[in-house]
Amino acid sequence: MLKLFWTAPLSAKIGILTILAYAFVALFAPLLAPYAETAIVGGSYELWSDEYPLGTDNIGRDMLTRLIYGARNTIGIAFLTVALAFVVGGVVGMLAAILGGWYDMVIGRVVDILMAIPSLVFALLLLTVFGTSIPSLVIIIALLDSTRVFRIARSAAMNVVVMEFVEAARLRGEGMAWVIRKEVLPNIMAPLLAEFGLRFCFVFLFIAALSFLGLGIQPPLADWGSMVRENATLINYNDITPLLPAAAIAGLTVAVNFVVDWMLHLSSGLRSD
Amino acid sequence: MSSLLKVILQRLGLGLLTLFAVSVIIAFVVELLPGDITEAILGQTATPETVAAFRKEIGLDQPAYIRYLDWLGGILTGDLGQSLASKRDISEFVGTRLSNTLFLGGLAAAIAVPLALLLGLLAALYRNSIFDRIVNFTTLTSISFPEFFVAYILILFLSVKAGIFPGISNVSTDLAFSEQFYRTLLPALTLTLVVLAHMLRMTRAAIINLLSSPYIEMARLKGTRPFRVIFHHALPNAWGPIVNVIALNLAYLVVGVVVVEVVFVYPGLGQLLVDSVSKRDLPVVQACSIIFAAVYILLNLLADIVSIVSNPRLLHPR
Repeated sequence: MLKLFWTAPLSAKIGILTILAYAFVALFAPLLAPYAETAIVGGSYELWSDEYPLGTDNIGRDMLTRLIYGARNTIGIAFLTVALAFVVGGVVGMLAAILGGWYDMVIGRVVDILMAIPSLVFALLLLTVFGTSIPSLVIIIALLDSTRVFRIARSAAMNVVVMEFVEAARLRGEGMAWVIRKEVLPNIMAPLLAEFGLRFCFVFLFIAALSFLGLGIQPPLADWGSMVRENATLINYNDITPLLPAAAIAGLTVAVNFVVDWMLHLSSGLRSD
Repeated sequence: MSSLLKVILQRLGLGLLTLFAVSVIIAFVVELLPGDITEAILGQTATPETVAAFRKEIGLDQPAYIRYLDWLGGILTGDLGQSLASKRDISEFVGTRLSNTLFLGGLAAAIAVPLALLLGLLAALYRNSIFDRIVNFTTLTSISFPEFFVAYILILFLSVKAGIFPGISNVSTDLAFSEQFYRTLLPALTLTLVVLAHMLRMTRAAIINLLSSPYIEMARLKGTRPFRVIFHHALPNAWGPIVNVIALNLAYLVVGVVVVEVVFVYPGLGQLLVDSVSKRDLPVVQACSIIFAAVYILLNLLADIVSIVSNPRLLHPR
């Protein structure tokens, strides 16, 4: 593992280290933050000072604290969503590849139609009906995103299920769950992992955009997208503070993209071009 | 030629069918809610009389298929229903919103498409050069930026610091065209940056894919000049993928417009959609959704048809 890390190109190394740094901040948020997540500690829009390293936000909460807790909420919710999307899309996709026939046909058409609606518009429509709570946010986006995972999982699994070893396993009477877990899944893990990174970037930006629009993660939870929205007026006074949470979002996405780029390169057989 | 026409008609039919299915989904999304949408909008404390009146108002007292047919018939005749919040006819104000959005999207496309094609072509031709590496690194980075980040950076530098553009694009129909153009330029620039990276990367990939095909190698080996290889041998086959890339990205642009409109307080369809979602004004949300979905499906259909027309091999699927 460590050996692989040393052979990685510089961009991927930076990416891995950045992801680890974000994970560290997210995990140890209560230890790192100077104040409590939702505590109002001063006047609104105070400037950068020793007391408030990055100033305070629109209702007087410490910016740095919100930024640190935001890592936990924003990344955590995006990760949960993508994981759910992969469980649903991955299982349904592999089943479609193994079972084939009308099951594959029906699911394929349903996914085609769902993918014909722009996902942001569809998500907004669903959020109108179900309301903007965190469970409905996670479930709606996970289901919308699972259509993309379904496509990848199905096409990757298609190439595996025609192999002799899968046929042998099915002939000796192994159950469906066993075939999926022991025969198919290990063989499509590499493309799925790279896809996981890409989907994470997409969902992370998607939730950030929804939160920025005021329809994603709701206050008083600290979240990077809504922090930009709440403090955006400061930009008109030549203050870069509201850009910090946006930059935090961009930083993590860039890092994941760099790592995914390298993984795709690796799985394509170390081509020299 | 007749087989080409047949395939195109088939695709058109498929597109219409998709649009129909999407309209059914958009209309019936309300039914998904356990219980009733009235309860969700009015709250638990509403009296039975208000609930009944509200149900009648949005037509929930009628069976689902009649409501759907009413709604669909209304859309086809230009009647999009009534807003719950303002009680006004949706078709009254949705028209200007849509034309504003199309103006913004069109302006962004007019800047982004030529730029992306040129840079993508250059990156593909000078593959692995410093230029290509810089382009690759920059586009990978800018794909990762949230749209509002790009927007606020541009506002900070071009509007607050340099004072070239207004930070708010409050266009209206009574403005002169030049003023409208000027106020739309900054949001259009933001959208350009957002969509440029995707378009550039896809163009580069399409061209590289093409340049590695054997017939191009043959042309090179027999000593044809590079210029002629590109314009005489490669380009006729590249139109398909290139137009495909453009149409796909225009579809992406249509949706990307939502966030940018909110940042710049631009009175377009996207902002209307977001406002209506926070007010839970369902008829307006449904109307906006069907318009966005229709434009999106049409652009994807266009991409599909163009790639078939430009590549006769697709006429005979395996």
